[in-house]
Amino acid sequence: MIPLQWYILLSAALFTIGVVGVLTRRNVFILLMSIELMLNAANINLVAFSHYLQDLTGQIFVIFVITVAAAEAAVALAIIILLARNRGTVYVDEFNLMKG
Amino acid sequence: MINQLIFLYFAAVIILSAVLTITRRNPVHSVLFMLLLFFHIAGVFVLLNAEFLAAVQLIVYAGAILILYLFVVMLLNVDRETRSGRANRYWPWLTAFGLIILAEISLLVMRGTFPGAAGRPMRAVTGVRELGAELYTKYLVPFEIASVILLVGLVGAMMLAMKKSSKE
Repeated sequence: MIPLQWYILLSAALFTIGVVGVLTRRNVFILLMSIELMLNAANINLVAFSHYLQDLTGQIFVIFVITVAAAEAAVALAIIILLARNRGTVYVDEFNLMKG
Repeated sequence: MINQLIFLYFAAVIILSAVLTITRRNPVHSVLFMLLLFFHIAGVFVLLNAEFLAAVQLIVYAGAILILYLFVVMLLNVDRETRSGRANRYWPWLTAFGLIILAEISLLVMRGTFPGAAGRPMRAVTGVRELGAELYTKYLVPFEIASVILLVGLVGAMMLAMKKSSKE
């Protein structure tokens, strides 16, 4: 059988890649996709613990995470479309409206 | 043994396609690598006896959310991406920061002990019937709140997208 640690390490690696993506990239699409990567890392963790603890709560929470991810993607993409129309760019370091 | 090999294959493809997702210059390529990633995460879910979640992962994530991303990426022009920089100027420090986070989590995970991690073969109660019974009885209120969140997302996205056209 596969040890539980393997799943947690995979999830940690995926989460770290998501964090690095959010911190380093300039394109706002890649930022959103990195957030999805982090959500998926959390999902792997939840399902792995749900399997090894014989408890269905983890799988229930994965369903909720997917729901929130769908709503977040819809709203965030609408905001991105508005930003790209009004400001003409999709790069986060060029959004400096609130700079003093 | 064969399960471990399958898991290693899935893990390798997941890590590789995640790295490719955050490093490609063209966002369309990133979305396509993300599709590969979601398919392999669904494979990991099947390995964990969560067949319903694997199907949900494919249908909702790969089928709906990712296609939405692809539509929006193709709506906006991305040809500027080929000329300007991909990352901000602090990226080497931030990548090192991420590696430090990964090393810390790995250290903690390798040193820790987990309940039920002895690797006993699981015959879990992970059917769709049990999942639905749990969802509609014990977690009914969070389920309703999730539906309200979806409604807010729907109305919010429509409001944001319609503001431009009503101004014209």
